[in-house]
Amino acid sequence: MKQIYVGLTGNEAVATAFKQARPHVAPAFPITPQTEMMHKFADFVADGVVDTEMILVESEHSAMSAAIGAAATGARTFTATSSAGFALMWEVVYIAASLRLPICMPVVNRALSGNINIHNDHSDAMGGRDAGWIQLWCENTQEAYDHALMCWRIAEHKDVRLPVMINYDGFIISHTSESLHILPDEDAWKFVGPKDLKTGYSLLDVDHPITVGPLDLTDYYFEHKLSQIEALKRAPKYIAEVYKEFGELTGRHYSFYEEYRTDDADMIIVALGSTAGTAKDVIDAQREKGVKVGLLKIHMFRPFPAAELAKALSKAKVVGVMDKSASFGGWGGPLFNEIRSALYDLPARPKIHNWIYGLGGRDTDTKQIVSLIEQLQAIAKGREAETVNLLGVRL
Amino acid sequence: MAAATTEIRWHGRGGQGAKTAAIFLAEAVLDQGKHSQGFPEYGPERRGAPVRGFTRISDAPIRLHCSIAEPDYVIVLDPTLLDSKAAGVPDGASDNTVFLINTVETPANIRKRLGIKGGKVHTVDASLIAQECFGRPIPNMPMIGALAAVADVITLENLVSSLVVRFKKKFSQAVIDGNVTAVERAYKELVSE
Repeated sequence: MKQIYVGLTGNEAVATAFKQARPHVAPAFPITPQTEMMHKFADFVADGVVDTEMILVESEHSAMSAAIGAAATGARTFTATSSAGFALMWEVVYIAASLRLPICMPVVNRALSGNINIHNDHSDAMGGRDAGWIQLWCENTQEAYDHALMCWRIAEHKDVRLPVMINYDGFIISHTSESLHILPDEDAWKFVGPKDLKTGYSLLDVDHPITVGPLDLTDYYFEHKLSQIEALKRAPKYIAEVYKEFGELTGRHYSFYEEYRTDDADMIIVALGSTAGTAKDVIDAQREKGVKVGLLKIHMFRPFPAAELAKALSKAKVVGVMDKSASFGGWGGPLFNEIRSALYDLPARPKIHNWIYGLGGRDTDTKQIVSLIEQLQAIAKGREAETVNLLGVRL
Repeated sequence: MAAATTEIRWHGRGGQGAKTAAIFLAEAVLDQGKHSQGFPEYGPERRGAPVRGFTRISDAPIRLHCSIAEPDYVIVLDPTLLDSKAAGVPDGASDNTVFLINTVETPANIRKRLGIKGGKVHTVDASLIAQECFGRPIPNMPMIGALAAVADVITLENLVSSLVVRFKKKFSQAVIDGNVTAVERAYKELVSE
């Protein structure tokens, strides 16, 4: 298949993918740095390129509520958010997952207030990690575009039926024009396909009337939570299938996580998002000097592929987990906790340390990653070090 | 190991088109099969405040996602930024860094003002060229023309054809013609040491 080579910002790329997926409904409310994505999508609607019904609401809480209503009728539905907007829709984010509605939502990652900050970190999405959504993370504009096509196939699969969050870094990806390959509209549509309106239940199916979101007390609530737990357990199988099919179509092969030069690595860095790209360049330079360091970049954070990750990291002597969010008062960042817990049952565990970095958009340059690798080297040689560390902050 | 990447840092004031230039150049080089990144530095958005833009160009995919601290090229759209410590025009420059300055002054004077010994300094009166060619002193497009004269990132032909294609969506033929002339004039009128 012939693809088109273009330069697009992350926001433009995701809007393009969503246009190609022909959603029925898109409730929208602006927040930096997501706003530009909806602007671009609204352009497509205004130009008649896609016939999505846009609902301009008065808050993010309403955006997600409208998305839930639309999705409950069977409509292919998306909205998008960042930071405080995501925090405001909190209550209903859980409801979307509880009702097993296949809504797709880019979370264009941005720091939470206060003080007010428009720049990137992962505090927003990390707060939503237990909401019952599938969470996929992207390194660059290409990955954001690709996931914005694939998310529909995952969310709407009859054995999954869960909402999907696509995470990409605010400004660093959302507002950076990068070269990428996009699919022609027709090929993208062939891949995504129309939503199967007969799958599941619809509020509009008057022959089979249903109630959505009623009171659910001690009698059945727990069983409904079980259905969510089981759906997230089933999801990886179908995510892998979609990744495989997309790889065959485009030549871009994804998996739950990407291993970069980890085969013989004594030290492995674990990261999410755009920093993984910077780390790859640093790792190449370190490898030239004979430093055995690699990277494991996670695409699928929810559901968390614990067993696979434990296996992938078991070969290392030291693992350094990078968290772009702080868990105040906690024992390290959220990614660190998951990884550390996943390694617990290994017969011989690598040492594992945490670095909190890049909060509020603090630039994470190659020097910071070099310094992290130097610390990992010292730990590998037996030097005592703090379990939880900070990277790039003025002490 | 990644192929060599050319890193360009733009310094301007809000409204002069530093962001537009950084992204325009990134997208223009795609026609030559290059890989690229173009991004601004976001802060409070105020007309007249110092702003920076960044462009990376490479023959290989670009993976870095950080700011450009050690630029190969520094392009200054507004000469009043030269004396501003906050703007940081000479920050991170090496002996190989090339400066392109929109100014009426000579490269030798600019060198003195920036306090640099190494590198190379080129000057061009891009604001005047812009004013004369399309009636507004917006220097970003002529400065890309000047860059094409000294950097191996885009040819003048490719720059002009990209400009025509991309401006067609937004601007009248008169504006397009004026910008093409401005780019060509800056390409020729650049003063080198």
